[in-house]
Order: sequence, then C-alpha cells, then structure tokens
Amino acid sequence: MKIHEYQGKKLFREAGVPVPRGIVATSPEEAAAAYNELGGSLAVVKSQIHAGGRGKGTFKDNPDQRGVVLVRSADEARQNAERMLGKTLVTIQTGDEGKQVNTLFVEEGLDIARELYLGIVVDRETHCPVLIMSSEGGMEIEVVAEKSPEKILREHFDADMGLLPFQARNLAFALGMEGATVRAAEKFLTKICKFFVDNDCSMCEINPLIVTGDGQLVALDAKVTFDENALFRHKDFEPLRDLTEEEPAEVKAQKAGLSYVKLDGNIGCLVNGAGLAMSTMDLIKLHGGEPANFLDVGGGASVEAVTEAFRIILDDKNVKAVLVNIFGGIMKCDVIVEALMTAYDKVGFEVPLVVRLEGTNVEKARKMLEESGKDIITAADLTDAAKKVVGSIS
Amino acid sequence: MSILVDEDTRIITQGITGKAGLFHSQQCRAYAAEFRPNENILVGGVTPGKGGEEVDGFPVFNTVREAVGETGANTSLIFVPPPFCADAILEAADAGIELIVAITEGVPVLDMSRVSYKLQDYPCTLIGPNCPGIITPGVAKIGIMPGYIHKPGSVGLISKSGTLTYEATWQLGNLGLGQSTAVGIGGDPIIGTSFIDLLDMFEDDPDTEAILLIGEIGGTAEIEAAEYISEHITKPVGAFIAGKTAPPGKRMGHAGAIISGGQGTAAEKMAALEAAGVVVAESPADMGSAVKRAIDKRKS
Repeated sequence: MKIHEYQGKKLFREAGVPVPRGIVATSPEEAAAAYNELGGSLAVVKSQIHAGGRGKGTFKDNPDQRGVVLVRSADEARQNAERMLGKTLVTIQTGDEGKQVNTLFVEEGLDIARELYLGIVVDRETHCPVLIMSSEGGMEIEVVAEKSPEKILREHFDADMGLLPFQARNLAFALGMEGATVRAAEKFLTKICKFFVDNDCSMCEINPLIVTGDGQLVALDAKVTFDENALFRHKDFEPLRDLTEEEPAEVKAQKAGLSYVKLDGNIGCLVNGAGLAMSTMDLIKLHGGEPANFLDVGGGASVEAVTEAFRIILDDKNVKAVLVNIFGGIMKCDVIVEALMTAYDKVGFEVPLVVRLEGTNVEKARKMLEESGKDIITAADLTDAAKKVVGSIS
Repeated sequence: MSILVDEDTRIITQGITGKAGLFHSQQCRAYAAEFRPNENILVGGVTPGKGGEEVDGFPVFNTVREAVGETGANTSLIFVPPPFCADAILEAADAGIELIVAITEGVPVLDMSRVSYKLQDYPCTLIGPNCPGIITPGVAKIGIMPGYIHKPGSVGLISKSGTLTYEATWQLGNLGLGQSTAVGIGGDPIIGTSFIDLLDMFEDDPDTEAILLIGEIGGTAEIEAAEYISEHITKPVGAFIAGKTAPPGKRMGHAGAIISGGQGTAAEKMAALEAAGVVVAESPADMGSAVKRAIDKRKS
C-alpha cells in the first residue's frame, strides 16, 4: 500500500525523523495561505500523487508547468496551485495517461548544502532489511546503480535490533560527513530504520535526503510503501489509503478476494493461480495477442468469485474476447464449470469465450460444457486455447 | 530414493482443526495409504487449546512439543492464519521437527525476516511459506497438490508456483516423464528454501536424472540459480520463467512477483539460464518438452 509524501512526512515527524515544515493545500487560496503561514521568503509547492519523477514531470494541458515548483510569494503559490490542482501530471512513472493532482503540499524552503539518496527495502537474498545510501541525491537509484555502482553504500540490519549506531557511522563517514553532522546522521539513520520496521514497510525512500547548511539531515521527500500482508497489525493506516490513486477495477477485485491487474490489451483472462495466470498472459502474447489483464481467481473459484471476475473483465471496454484457463486440482473441473456456466448466464457474454480445462474430473467437465448449448469455445490444450482466443478477434 | 519426503516421513498438521488444515490432512493421509495401506503417515495435529480432542481420527495436541513427544513426528505441515505463521514455524523448529512445510499465504515479510534469522539456530528445513508443498509420487505428499497427476519417475521439479507446477507435471506425464520429487518453494520475497538448496539435493539424489525449474519475475533467485547450475549441476536442466509480459511495478498475485527498479525481469532470467546451458521453454505449453530436450541434448 502506497501513501502520499505528506502522509509519509507526518509519520516521519511522529517517529522523530526530521522533515521540513509543510502544509497541505487543496485549493489555490489554501496554497497562498500556507505560504504566508510558513513565513519564509521561499517555499516549494509539490503535487501529491503516488508516483515519482514529479519534479521533472509536466502537466498534460500545460507542458511548461512542472509538478514541483519553487515559489517566492503567496501570489506565486496561488497561481501555480491553479495550474496544478485538478490537472493531470505526467511523469516517467505515471505512464502516458498521467495522474490527476488533487492535493498539494506546500513546504518551507531550506538551505541545502548536500543532496543524498536513502532507501530501505527487504533484501531477498540475505533475508534482512537493507539501508541503501548514495552521494548522488536527486538521481534515480537505478541510474546510479548502472552508471556508478561504487557510489552505492549498503548496511544490512536485523529487524529486531535495528540499525546499530556503528553502521550509521560507517555510512556517515563513507559519505564524507564530519563532526556534528555525523552525530545527526547516527540519529537520523537509526530512527528511519526503526520507522521501517515498526510500520512494516516494504519500501521507504528519501530522495533527496539533504544536509542543511548548518549540518542537519532533513528528509526532503518521503516515499513510503507498506507491506499489504502486515496491515492487520496497523489498522490505523486504513484512512491513509487514497482510492483515487488506485485502479477502480483493482479495488473492486480486491474486495471480492480476487487478484487483478489491469493491462492494455484486449484479451481478458481468468485463471486459477498466480503463476499460471502470468503464464497465460505470456501465452497470449506469444501467439500474437495482447492480454487485457492478470486475474487469479484463487483456489476456491466459487460461483460468486467467478461471476465477479467476469464482471470485472467485461467492464473493461477494450476486452474483445475472454480466455478461461483452469487447472483443476483439489478444486475439481466440473465444480468450476458449474460456476462458469452460472456466471456466464448472470453476466451476459457479448464477446467470444474460450475455455481451456485440465485436471481433476476434466472429462465430466468438458461434457458439461458441450451439452450446455452455450456459445463457449473449448480448447484442447494451452497452445490451442491461445490460438483460438487470438483467432476469435482477428 | 527421493528428496525430503520418503517412507519415514511422519507428519503433524499445525492448524488441523481449521477447514483447509483438516481437508488437506485427510488428503495427505489418503495419498500415502494408496501405497502403504497399513501405515498412517499423518499422525496428528496441533491447535492450541484443543489438545485431547480428536478430528477424523487425528489426535489433536496443544503444542508441537507434545505432539512430537507422543507421535514421533518429524515433519510439520502448517495451515495457521498469516498473523500466527511465524510463531508456528518457530514452534515446530524448537520442538525438533526436521522438515517444516508452510502453506499459509500472506505472511508479513518482516516476520519471515525474523524467522529466517532465528532458524539458523535449528537443524531444520523450511519450505515456503505461500507454497503448495512437496510430493514424492508413489510415496507421500506434504501439501495441497492433487496427488494423482504426479507419476513416479526421475525428474526433480522445483517451482515458485502452484497451479503452474500442476500444469508442468501434467505435461511431463504426457511425455512419459514422472517425477522423483516435486517441490513448491513459494512465491514470497523471503522463503525458507531456495532454488539452489534444492538443485543441490536433486544433484545428489540418485533417483533424479533431470531437473525442471519453474521461476517467475521478481528478485534474482533464478539468476543465482543459473550461476549455480553452470558451476555445480551436472544433470540436464529445463526451465520456464513466468511473467514475460508483466509490466514493471505491478505485483502479479504473489508478493514476490514484481519487477522493481528494472530488476527481476523474465528476459534477464531466461538469458542467464540459457547461458548456463539450461533449456528454457519460450511457451508455458513447452515446460515438459524443455526437460525432454535437455535430456536428449545430454544423450547426443
């Protein structure tokens, strides 16, 4: 689960991680008032969307307007807010369709001496969280990793002990810090790592992390993602979820216990199991088609789940045909076919439906399909299924 | 022979009084009984607070320690809900269980980080979580896979996925290739046993002649496996990587199946495996035939 920068910074502040003073604005007037309240001679107006690259991103209807701007007066804050709020921001991470900006965060300007990179993730290889830092603040870490991997510093830490002070010092000295700044870094880094563990984050990125003219470390950005599997112990995070940032069909699917990801193609897929669902997408592509979605209906595949899955797939107006690929294991094929046929009638199909079944009780299931008199195309195997569904729309 | 599961396997189920726990315990008992009707390999279960009860002939114990003491179990099959899974794994390890198979899906990743660290103190093997389990066809299964689609044979199968593994098993069967043991290692970012651990076990297993590795997008486990294969594995290996068409940044069902920071793409994994001499299937319809080609390539 992703949250906005302003929400992440509020949590940072509560955890004792220094952030600039900032105020949320949802109208141009609020943006101007925020500027006055901050009281400085410089402020930053930042678009709040769940995607990176906002500073370089531009608005769809106004290519000169950036997603993050420096302003030097309340009027300037207001004018920029007018050009940002309700408009669609396109960054390297949003895709061409962009994302609508509904909220701005107005922050005080700070005296920046240095910009660093900080990221925390769980390392699959060592099974521990790892704090990653680099002197190349503001740059994407993937780019640094490619161009100058020697500039990337890592400290793995134990989830229960947290980052140890000596590990923080290792990083601070390696980044060329001195004196009081080293002590500030020790505090900052141990606190941010504790924040990561305490809140079950799957990612925490601060880019840039700045060192101010007077040697303090401040989080100028906050990109925080929580582990969905751990939300049961963080019920207070639920209000932080911004549903306008999520694909409506994906939200709907989640409620029905389905795992769905919308894609750009025109062949809808309904599959049991995540690995088989991914492979089904690959198969369609391999045979010249374009998958419209990933959909894992789960192990149960009840009438309710299949009906909802069909509805979600068919709600996507790009979908010109649907492929059902089921490997019946413990869940028998005949039970799944019953669910399929009931759902088929409930939903009302107007596009070709190709069904490929294999596994437990498959003979019985195929017979049921054939005798149903429904306009369902059956396939003998994976390749046959892919050819038939791609063929049905070309 | 086979790996991990054999005639001496004795299983307890943690979470046996739950619906899935009981159903699959019955299935595992029935599968092994097809081959050895006089033995019961599923010797009981654990549900704290329900000790002393019995469900469908399975004695229920309050603790794993008690269950091991009473039954001599050496293997645990875990179905407890995600918030309690880490605790269940460590309880099994502490009670001296040698093989722990965690089926539970949705375990927080930091819980697994802690479990992984703590398990270093115990001489046990953890498979999963979020996996279908293990089967040695014709002997026993510890998991949720349909037993009958597996045939005894000489292909060792290692996979991150469930139904995709069944698909592969079925394809192998159509080609007359059975399995020595099939292991689902799970689709989470942190899992107990990696491709490499199992490649090693299959390499040492005299009943395994070839290996099928089924991976997916996310992480770098398949790339490490490829490096390991080129240096240490002498047996023919076939492979398939799911998720060639998956867009970056989107989680494809499994918590681990996400391309992030340009890393973990199917293309780079396939290239690494091919460079290690592995026969890589382009299509999921060719997983079985990839193994066959790997075997034939070795013979010629």
